[in-house]
Amino acid sequence: MIGYVLRRLVQSVIVTVLVSVIVFILLHTLPGGLVRAQLGPRASQLAVHNLAVQEGLTKPLPVQYVIWAWHALQGNLGYSYKMNQTVGSLLGEYVPRTMLLVGAAILLAVAIAVPMGLWQGKRRNKADDHVLTGTMMALYSMPSFFLGVILIVLLNIQFHIFPSNAQNYGTSTSTDIADLVLPVLTLCLGNVTYFSRYMRSATIDNLLEDYVRTAYAKGASPNRVLFRHVLRNSITSTVTMLGLTLPYVISGSLVIEALFDFPGAGLLFWNAAQTRDYPILLGVILVVTLATIVGNFAADLAYAAIDPRVRYT
Amino acid sequence: MSEFPPPLTGAVVEAEKDVRFLGGDPTAAALGMSIDVAVEQVSDAGEVVRVASPLREAFAIFAENKLAVASAVVLVVLVAFCFIGPLLYHTNQIASSLIYANRPPSARFPLGTTPNGRDELGRLMVGGQSTLEVGFAVAVLATTFGLVYGLVAGYFGGFVDAVLMRIVDALLSIPFLFFVVLLASLVIPNLFLIILVITAVSWLSTARLVRGEALSLRTRDYVLASEAFGARKSRVQFRHIAPNLLGVVIVNGTLKVADAVLIFASIGYLGLSVPPPATSWGVILTGGINNLFDGYWWQLWPAGSLIVITVLAVAVLGDGMRDVVERRLQKR
Repeated sequence: MIGYVLRRLVQSVIVTVLVSVIVFILLHTLPGGLVRAQLGPRASQLAVHNLAVQEGLTKPLPVQYVIWAWHALQGNLGYSYKMNQTVGSLLGEYVPRTMLLVGAAILLAVAIAVPMGLWQGKRRNKADDHVLTGTMMALYSMPSFFLGVILIVLLNIQFHIFPSNAQNYGTSTSTDIADLVLPVLTLCLGNVTYFSRYMRSATIDNLLEDYVRTAYAKGASPNRVLFRHVLRNSITSTVTMLGLTLPYVISGSLVIEALFDFPGAGLLFWNAAQTRDYPILLGVILVVTLATIVGNFAADLAYAAIDPRVRYT
Repeated sequence: MSEFPPPLTGAVVEAEKDVRFLGGDPTAAALGMSIDVAVEQVSDAGEVVRVASPLREAFAIFAENKLAVASAVVLVVLVAFCFIGPLLYHTNQIASSLIYANRPPSARFPLGTTPNGRDELGRLMVGGQSTLEVGFAVAVLATTFGLVYGLVAGYFGGFVDAVLMRIVDALLSIPFLFFVVLLASLVIPNLFLIILVITAVSWLSTARLVRGEALSLRTRDYVLASEAFGARKSRVQFRHIAPNLLGVVIVNGTLKVADAVLIFASIGYLGLSVPPPATSWGVILTGGINNLFDGYWWQLWPAGSLIVITVLAVAVLGDGMRDVVERRLQKR
């Protein structure tokens, strides 16, 4: 078990370093360069050169990377001239909101998907299974912002239940929980299908296992077999899906934050992309990637903890 | 990252494992090799028997799935709508005319007009062209590159393999939409660059899938036999293993079309798309969303529905093709 954890840990660290190298290289091969992006097209050659020297951008790329990485390790991710704040403090402000959004959406998605997948697996290829599968397919086929718009039309324009805009969420003026409902619901419905399909097929697979027959042979009721045996075994594989779907859910949050004006890391990133604020782009990418890697790692650990077969392979 | 579950390649359909693999040999060209006529074989009794060719057989299995056939028809209709439509239904999609902005549907404008006063129906055809082009081009490019990358990683093995696959792991752990937005913001997007940018995130899962499948094919009898006969490693990898991956890879590639259309729509909403007067369904839909509270329904639902119908049709088609591949796997 300890060997397994160590191996996964080393892998995660390697992947993190690789991501930082790739993103760093991408940003530094930018046409016009970082300084040009900062000073604008009308700055003089001299001003560009001076700032480049001052920022250490004339050093060889590997040296620059090491300096940047050293600073990043100390929590210094640079300074955004456009926002006039350190990237670290911006991330500290915006990222927790995204974590709340993503976390709430995933929890809700799992809460819907587990019973639904179990039900569908039990009622495999019956009419209600087909209806649910079809609904999930339709949800999957929607771009997340279109799904969000449908929810806005239904719940905001038609029935005036929830606000269609969360731009003040988490700021001093408002922490109204109602602002969160539509963003979380949109993100959740767009991703519930990943879990429910997996849960459904895991249930179907498990229902064919020997231990189910044994349980029936020992006189267990169908409900007991389903809830005591199949549910527990199917959930283990769905847990791993949590880690794997993280990049999808976090990606979804980018569009959904833009749609609802939700002040999270996605909106910060989107605004930075439009103003070409590269320190922020780099910082946000690193943080969301790190979140994905940590999420994957945690899911693997949870999986190994629940399922003894993993530990011995 | 994790080796236990099948990697999620964007399309949910991948996670579905209803049809269980019963083992058996992998298919030789599950979706048909170049032979498309019936083959004549001489039976034990000495008479000539006609055997269905692999391609015919594949079509026969595919035709059983009515939903998949229907979605293939839908896709053909969509392509005709976007590419032949403008030849029959002439509209000015270059100039905008603000006096006609936001008109509701009428005899002159069957689906109303856009915020820029262009005919909405004609706009949908033009937008569909770029959307479908991106979808298919990304699928082809990403599948080709992912296939070659995965095979090369598997061919060299060892250290090279480890490095190549860790790069894939790293890129896969960047939430892909963030990566696409980053790449698209580095360049001034046009159709070609957008295709490249979306390909840059789409090939990853194919590469991982190909390498995994290639590793499992390594231990098959016919590969071992070929090695025992002294075949070179490159011959084994590219002559024996690669063709047998084709079925799985084509199914995966089909689903890539759906993913690319969705990503293209999303980045269109985020303001990164083909420059005007070209457009995409995502951009048209965004125009409708900006007027959401004005009740201009004709700017919203047609564009949204077209995206959903396209993605759904591709996903169902991919499902049908996977049935073909898996059924053929089981028969052996």
